[in-house]
Amino acid sequence: MTRFSEVLKRSGRMRSRQRKIANAFMLSLTAFLTALALVPLFWIITYVIARGGQYINLDFFTQLPRPMGIAGGGVLHAIEGTIVISILAALFSIPPGVLAAFYAARNPNSPLGVAVRFSTDVLSGIPSIVIGLVAYALIVQPQGHYSALAGGIALAILMLPIILRTTEEMLKLVPHSLREASLALGAAEWKTSLSVLFPAALNGILTGFLLAIARAAGETAPLLLTTLGNDHYDIAQIIRGGLQTHQSIFQIVGRMLNQPVDSLPLTLWKYAQQPYPERINQAWAVALVLMIFVLSINIIARAWIQVRTRRLQG
Amino acid sequence: MNTQTRTLLNTGKAASIMTKPSITQFEHKSNNDAPVKVDVKNLQVFYGKFRALAGVDLAVRENQITAIIGPSGCGKSTLLRSFNRMNDLTAGCRVQGEVSLDGDNLYAAGVDVVDIRRRVGMVFQRPNPFPKSIYDNVAYGPRLYGVRRRTDLQEIVERSLKSAALWDEVKDKLGQSGMSLSGGQQQRLCIARALAVEPEVILMDEPASALDPISTLKIEELMQELKRNYTIVIVTHNMQQAARVSDYTAMMMIDEQRAGRMIEYDQTNIIFTRPKDKRTEDYVTGRFG
Amino acid sequence: MRKTFEMEIQQLKDELLLMGSMVEQQLLDAVDALKRRDVEASRRIYAADGKINSKRFGIEEQVMILIATQQPMAHDLRLLASILEVSAELERMGDYAKGIATINIRIGDEPLLKPLIDIPRMAQKAADMLHRALTAFINEDVETARAIPAEDDEVDELYKQVYRDLMAFVIADPRTIDRANFLDWTAHNLERFADRVTNICERTVFIVTGEIIEIGSSSSGDV
Repeated sequence: MTRFSEVLKRSGRMRSRQRKIANAFMLSLTAFLTALALVPLFWIITYVIARGGQYINLDFFTQLPRPMGIAGGGVLHAIEGTIVISILAALFSIPPGVLAAFYAARNPNSPLGVAVRFSTDVLSGIPSIVIGLVAYALIVQPQGHYSALAGGIALAILMLPIILRTTEEMLKLVPHSLREASLALGAAEWKTSLSVLFPAALNGILTGFLLAIARAAGETAPLLLTTLGNDHYDIAQIIRGGLQTHQSIFQIVGRMLNQPVDSLPLTLWKYAQQPYPERINQAWAVALVLMIFVLSINIIARAWIQVRTRRLQG
Repeated sequence: MNTQTRTLLNTGKAASIMTKPSITQFEHKSNNDAPVKVDVKNLQVFYGKFRALAGVDLAVRENQITAIIGPSGCGKSTLLRSFNRMNDLTAGCRVQGEVSLDGDNLYAAGVDVVDIRRRVGMVFQRPNPFPKSIYDNVAYGPRLYGVRRRTDLQEIVERSLKSAALWDEVKDKLGQSGMSLSGGQQQRLCIARALAVEPEVILMDEPASALDPISTLKIEELMQELKRNYTIVIVTHNMQQAARVSDYTAMMMIDEQRAGRMIEYDQTNIIFTRPKDKRTEDYVTGRFG
Repeated sequence: MRKTFEMEIQQLKDELLLMGSMVEQQLLDAVDALKRRDVEASRRIYAADGKINSKRFGIEEQVMILIATQQPMAHDLRLLASILEVSAELERMGDYAKGIATINIRIGDEPLLKPLIDIPRMAQKAADMLHRALTAFINEDVETARAIPAEDDEVDELYKQVYRDLMAFVIADPRTIDRANFLDWTAHNLERFADRVTNICERTVFIVTGEIIEIGSSSSGDV
């Protein structure tokens, strides 16, 4: 009978060396592949900075585009448009998304809960251009004109599954006993959700919001069919004009939302197609701004969560 | 701890005791004269078609600590959760029989569950403070019931934290998150939170199973303090704990149909020294199964 | 379940049986030495009592360890408490044997007042009672345990007989009082020895039923 310990004694040294070599090899392999995966990221960032960085100045952020052939000008219209559309999209998607997520998390096996989850999956799989098309058919066509509103709704549909999914997952992570503790004190279900579950899951939920906004802010396809583009969109101008003609705040906001607007990705797409070198250069600059915009949303989100977590955990 | 000097009784006194018809025994902790606070009669709980509890009877006495012991899955927690109708929250759960608090059936028609849960507080297995400040954790319950004035809330928070033997440790950091406390402190915070709505009965579902021995002893000491003003029912897997803290012990076990049954219910002293049922004997001596 | 614990309890029971045998032997030897007037043997018996005492301390320590480490409950707890109690009883019973050995040493070269007839009988009976009581204790045999205390009456009867015989000597010749006293004291030790067997029987009943009862023989408290 061969004893394991004897076999081990005979082959022990060799095995141990083999193991060390294999270990070192696998470790370097993973390090190499990780580095490889990072290459495109750094390549894109450096290339965009190299091409677009030189065209960025203060005017670029504060001025509207100049007519072709005249140097200077900026993309204020697109920055403002992106912000307006993003806010609209957030307003339309966050409340229903969060509420539906609460329902789905609470009643995962009810018919409605299953339906919510299923349709979320389907919705997230629909190409964004199709969503743009639907928004065009349902809003742009009946209204007779393109608008920021239509773009906001299209992006909201795009954001909805992301918000719903992340919120639901975050709610599921909240310990069951927390909910029970609140209910055992006599709190109603809605009160428990609002003042215990929601704060407990807030970090994750907000991350979901910001990810969804970042995703939507980078979309081009649905906006092509809903907001069209507007070189003269200027919020300051709209407000000034409105105040001079004594319009109410609702009329001013209405004018902001109910006209075609531009957005950064849309502008980038349009500029990149034009044959003029200055437009191409500006397209690179827009790409850089868009990148910074999305990146800062991410960084702000992470920093904010860090602070909150530290405050919670003391 | 006791610095009091003890001396022998003088002979005259001793002689008078000896001539009395019965010599006083050691006083046992449990009080047989305490009125019944929670009366469970023929309680049956179903989850769908499955019968989890099969006709349980239990008379919980006021200002006493009643421990429910038994092997895993014997329905201890189900029984405990029928005391504040937490079972209602489980989908497909159905209750038959009676659980009465001071004589009023909790399962009668028209009973307000919120009122029951105010009168019957609960502490859970794992410390589960809300992700809020220590102050807001304790004030959560009173706020639910409409207490708004700052001074009232402050008073309630302080009193509850003192009752839970936590005040001295947290009085300077009431604004800090409840989750910043140690495990044992968190559990006492949860007890303070339950005390804040002035319940009459406190249910404890393995309150120390996630704590270290020192924190466990603190909770157990606290229970002895609390029983002066509250009736306590505790579910525990730890038999030594049941033996240490409780006045009465209820032994549960599953029958052939896997339904939980009450095997024996008696003073803790008796359950752990001379139980009547062989199954209780096997369980408390560690020879079960 | 709890095999280690049960093994340790078994060892404890073995130790207790061994201690019982030692006590039984000491008693028979002490009376035999007295009968044979063998002072040397009595000295050895006297010294051997230390072994019984240290056995008792050993058992006590082991019981303490088991209580501290195994947290015995219910039957286990009653058994361990009873083992502690019985070991104490056995130690005291060993002291009675030692007492008889002391008497033989004290009598020294003097002849006995009368030939020993009833006293060896008492010793036989008491040793036999101890043997069966301890066996019943180990086997948790309640029936036997309940029956044994009644036999104490026999020992008491023998003791009365010895007492009457000795009184007759003293009345006939008051100068025999010292020698009579020696024998009376021997018989008294044997009587007490048998009494303590009753306590062991009571513990047996306690282990099984959880109730502490006094199993009185009809004459308990007499003499």
